[in-house]
Parts: sequence; structure tokens; C-alpha cells
Amino acid sequence: MSQARELVAALLAAHDPATSERLEFLRARFDAGLAWVHFPVGLGGLGAARAVQQEVDEALAAAGAPDNNPRRIGIGLGMAAPTILAYGSAEQHRLLRPLWTGEEVWCQLFSEPGAGSDLAALATRARRDGDDWVVTGQKVWTSSAHNARWAILVARTDPDVPKHAGLTYFVCDMTAPGVDVRPLRQITGEAEFNEVFLTDVRIPDSYRLGEVGDGWRVAQTTLMNERVAIGGRAVAREAGMIGVVAETWRAHPDRRTAAAHDRLLALWVEAEALRLAGVRLRQQLAAGSPGPEGSAMKLGFAQLSQALSGFEVEFLAEDGLRYDDWTMRRPELVDFTGRGAGYRYLRAKGNSIEGGTSEVLRNIIAERVLGLPAEPRVDKDVPWKDLPR
Amino acid sequence: MNLLYSDVETDLRASVADLLGDHSTDLWPRLVQVGAHALHVPEELGGQGASYRETAVVAEELGRFVSPVPFLTSAVMATAALTHLVDDPRARDLLQRLASGSATAALVVPLSSWDSWPDGSGLVQSVAGALTADVLLVPIEGRLHLVPSADATVTPVVSFDNSRPLADVDVSGSPTTALSGPGDAAVRAALVAGAGVLASEQVGIATWCLDTTVAHLKDRHQFGRPLGSFQALKHRVADLWQSLVLARATARHAATALTTGDDTPIAVSVAQSFCSPVAVRAAEESLQLHGGIGMTWEHPLHHYLKRAKANEIALGTPARHRATLAPLVDLPGPVGAFSGAPPSPTVVP
Repeated sequence: MSQARELVAALLAAHDPATSERLEFLRARFDAGLAWVHFPVGLGGLGAARAVQQEVDEALAAAGAPDNNPRRIGIGLGMAAPTILAYGSAEQHRLLRPLWTGEEVWCQLFSEPGAGSDLAALATRARRDGDDWVVTGQKVWTSSAHNARWAILVARTDPDVPKHAGLTYFVCDMTAPGVDVRPLRQITGEAEFNEVFLTDVRIPDSYRLGEVGDGWRVAQTTLMNERVAIGGRAVAREAGMIGVVAETWRAHPDRRTAAAHDRLLALWVEAEALRLAGVRLRQQLAAGSPGPEGSAMKLGFAQLSQALSGFEVEFLAEDGLRYDDWTMRRPELVDFTGRGAGYRYLRAKGNSIEGGTSEVLRNIIAERVLGLPAEPRVDKDVPWKDLPR
Repeated sequence: MNLLYSDVETDLRASVADLLGDHSTDLWPRLVQVGAHALHVPEELGGQGASYRETAVVAEELGRFVSPVPFLTSAVMATAALTHLVDDPRARDLLQRLASGSATAALVVPLSSWDSWPDGSGLVQSVAGALTADVLLVPIEGRLHLVPSADATVTPVVSFDNSRPLADVDVSGSPTTALSGPGDAAVRAALVAGAGVLASEQVGIATWCLDTTVAHLKDRHQFGRPLGSFQALKHRVADLWQSLVLARATARHAATALTTGDDTPIAVSVAQSFCSPVAVRAAEESLQLHGGIGMTWEHPLHHYLKRAKANEIALGTPARHRATLAPLVDLPGPVGAFSGAPPSPTVVP
């Protein structure tokens, strides 16, 4: 029996999932090194291969153990944790346990109204004041900010150097004075994201991750892990948006036309091709040769979900003219395939913008995969304060 | 379901690519010499005892070189048909001759056949591989018949794709030998195997078009800059690369499904309907991005465009494969006929 198996058995013996309190169980699982096995011993892991995690997860799920509801705390797990692990001090490493158990939700304060694709141009200022930094600025597209205890934050500490060089990475206490979270209502009617206004927020220097001025490099760790997280696990045929649309088709024989039929089948084939490419990508990752295919997946996913959801609204004809609810909701979890067809259509429009626009992805593919010349960088050697804004 | 290339497959690709790159004549005997023509044929029938996965890798390379060899028609399709009828010693004997490389055969159906094909008792048009085949496999009244091509009337036609030249075949009046066993099922097996392997050939064509276009965009300068520095062009080749990532996954899946027999009909029609448009678009984009150079006879690009476009029709168009998929994936079409007539308003008296 593997070490992980033995530890799972020991955990289950000491904490019967049927009688243990959920949080108590999750803390015990973390302390047993079974939270994220590829993390070091003492920080919720075993220093084991990532592949061992699936074995642990399946064994615990089979025993009826509670999980940490990973979808609810995706930013903490996928982005904050790897960065804290890579750059954090021993004191900062103490944040990892409540992060993993979900006791403390994390959010990400990166994008700004003036810095989207060009994230390194961000303008939120952090000024040194004794042992603290004083932060002022505006962040946007922040999911979970209204539930979050902590944030990862990138701010400008030196405006006199070119944009990439003047950034520093912090952990921000979302309950600190001066943090103002306001809902950002979207075209769907709901407010899944927030705007976060920071006004003279004091952050102790001990909450800094990495060196002063090294924030861009630290942020790369965060963003790289976001892409790894997108890989996910194997999905079944007809999972996701294609499954929803196929069910709509099956439910409405009277609305079918020959032209719509061929369009739907073409989309079904595309969904299957994307699924197979995902299977192949995971096989490459498992074989230790991560290909650049991740960008192909993201690009394909956005195109397909938009085409499918648009098809569905049109196919629904008179029902496509109706919408379920324009009330401003505050969803805790976002489900791209949830609610009605109109919602799905509108929400899918964001898929080609969030997490790297399709245009930026095409640049990345053209330059890093195909080796074509990079876009001209007119701002490369200009102090940030002199850039036109 | 492993969709990656194994080390053995990667080595095989390299040796086939070396062979095709170094020689422009006698390609077929050279391929036979390395055994590339009989990879998936069992050893007891004189083949290499590998699988369709390896055969598909060879097809990719043949696509990358638009090689004019009877690989698809004899090594894949005729072989698949005969394998289906292997209980007949005459089928087994011919199969062994194909595997040894001493003969090639062609199935006498139009290259465009997928869900139906004409009875071979009359003239059959647009048959691929017949011009060079030693033996013709002719479906007549539910049986597959062997006809030495010397005994048949094989008339070359001016083909859209000269790298896979077609012929009109007439065996009426020729002596034929009927093989025992289900001839229609044998033809069906040949078409499915052919369509599945053809998807890999399309991937090979698209790969060449993309690679060649990217190299051109790096090399060619206009307005004092490499063409590849213009974002409008970068994005077009990025999209092409993205489609090719997906196409490759479907083609590997189809080759695997032909090997294991799992999910074969869906895997083959998904791969055919996806890879064909990708190859055609790759060739068309390649032509456009090469500018005037791509319109010239001397540039090799037109061979790829013609092969890709002909392949789109071969063994079922994308739309036909989608129609095949509909019942297999439980997506039925309209109930009754859709008239398409404009609505007639109800007149209230």
C-alpha cells in the first residue's frame, strides 16, 4: 500500500467522516498532508507527485468524506496558494491551512479599469510609511471580494521606472479600513464580480510577497498556476454547454429545421474535438511534456460556448425572446451552463475576455508557439509615469 | 485511449519522412521496403502486426508530402476489404501478396463513396488507385469480385487532384472471381478504415501548410517588416494552429478506435467531418498568406490545396459524416419534411 493510501486509512480511522464535524475533518486532512500532496510536508502536503492527488481524492470521496468545496475557493487554491508557497515567509505560510479548508476565502486584486490585457500598466499606488505600505487605487472584476478575508494584490511601488519594474506583490486584509467592495453588475443582470476601492489601506511590510519591485515576476507564478488549473480533469462526452444545447434540441422536435440540424451537428463535432484535445493535453501533462495546447483549449472553449449558446437562443424561437430574471443577484458560484438560455448566451460573451482575451491568446500562440515576431513594445523603456493614459 | 504518439510511432514518422524527403521517384517500392505499407496487417498474413495507429502516422507523413502512392487505396482500403473476407483462401492469398508488396489492389467504388456505392457490374466513375492496381476488387450484387486489371477497361480521367489520379472502370465482359463472404460488409469496412486513416492524411496536409506559411511569414518582408509581425496575419495562423491541435486529437482518436474497435463509427465520422475542413482551410489560408507566389504552378502549394479539397469529398463529405453521426449521438433531424415555404397569414373573415 502506498504512503498516501496508508495516510488516508489512518485519517479515516481517527476521524470517521460520518461523525466528524466538517471543518474538524478538513483540518485533520490538511495536517495529515493529504490536502495537496505536491505541497511540502507541514504545509498540507507530502512532497509527492501531483498525480497522487487523484488517488487521495477518490479514496476520501468513496469513504464519504467532506471536501473543501474547491469551486467556491478556486482563487485561493489555484492562484494565491502556489504564490504564497513559492514566495511566502514562514509566517505567511500559516495562511495556507485556513485557505485550503475554506475558512478564509481569497480574492485577486489585479485588474484595473485602466489595466486589463496590459496588466503591468496598473496604477494602484503603494507608498512606504514606516513598517507599513499605504495603498490607494481601484481594482475591478474581482470575484468573491464580498466574501473574501484576504486578497492577493499587485500595486505600483515605483512610478519612475518602466512599468514591469515598479510593481510589488502583497497580501491584503480585506477587512482593513479603507477597503470598499461594491458589486459590479453585468449584462446578465447579476453581480458576479466586484469593484474594489482602496483608500489609504495600510498593509504591513510583513505581508509583502517577494522583493520590492519584483511583483511582476511573482504575479507570473500566480498566472501560470491559473493556466495549470484550467487543465482540470477528464470530461465525459457531451459535458458542458453542448450537453445543455443537445438536451434542448431533443426536447423540441417541432422546432428543428434541416439547416439548424447540420449546424448543431457541426457544433457537436467541434465540442467532441475540443474534448479529445483536452484528453490529449492531460496525457501530455502526465507524460511530463506540457504542451502549449492550453491556449488552444481556452480559445476553443470561448468560441464554442459562444456559438452554442447563440444557437440555443435562436433555436428556442419564441422562448428565446424571454429571459428568466433581470434582478441583481449575488451568486456565490458561477455556472456558465446554469439558468436559462438567455443567461448562458450573455455570460458566454465573457469567456473570450476573462482569463486572457482571445486576441492576447492569439498573440501568445503566434509568438511563443509559432515563433513569429513579437508585437512592438513602445512602452518598454519608458518610466511608467510618462506613459500616455 | 492514448492520443499521444508513442516513441515507436515517432521513430516511424522520422524514417518515413526521411524516405519521402530524400526521394521523388520509386516511392512505393521504398515504402514497401521499410514495411510501411503493411503495418496493421497481422504477421500471419505477412504484415508487420502493428496497428492502425502506426498506419495513420504513415498517412500523416504521406499527407505532408502529398505523395502519389497507392497507400490509402491498396494498403488501407483494399486490405481492409480483403481482411473482412479472409476465410476465402483467394482473399487470403491476395492479402498476402499485398502485404509482401508484390501487388497492389483497388476497390472499385467512386472515391466519393461513403454511405452508398454503385454496383460494379456497369461503369464505375472516379475510382482511385485503379490505374496502378494489379487487381481490382469489384462489388457486384453483394459479393466482392476479383478482376485482374489487365482484363478490365480502366480509362484515366483528368483529375482535380493529380497526386491521386482517378480512372473510370468497366469490368462488364471481364472474367471475375466472386469471393465468399459478405461483400457489402467488406466494402463498408474498407470505407470506414479509409475514412479514419484519411483524417490523419488531412492532418499531415494541414501541418505542412501551417509550417510552410509560418516560415514564409518569417522570411518575406513588405513595408520594411517581416509579414509575420503584422497582427492581422499572426492571428490567422494562430487560429489555424488552434484548429490543428483539435484535428490531431480527433485523428489520433479515430486511429485508436480503428485499432480497438471501440467507438469506431463515431470516432471516424467526428475525425472526417472535423479534419477535412481544417485541411482545406489550412491550404486556402496558406495560399492567401503566400500572396501571388501561392498562385503559381511552380510553387508546391497547389498540390496541397487540390489534395485537401479532393479529400474533403473523398469517403464522405463533412456534411455526410455529420448526417451519419446524427442517429449515433441521438441528435435526430426535423420531424417530417420542412417545406421552407413562406408563412401564409391566417385570414380572419
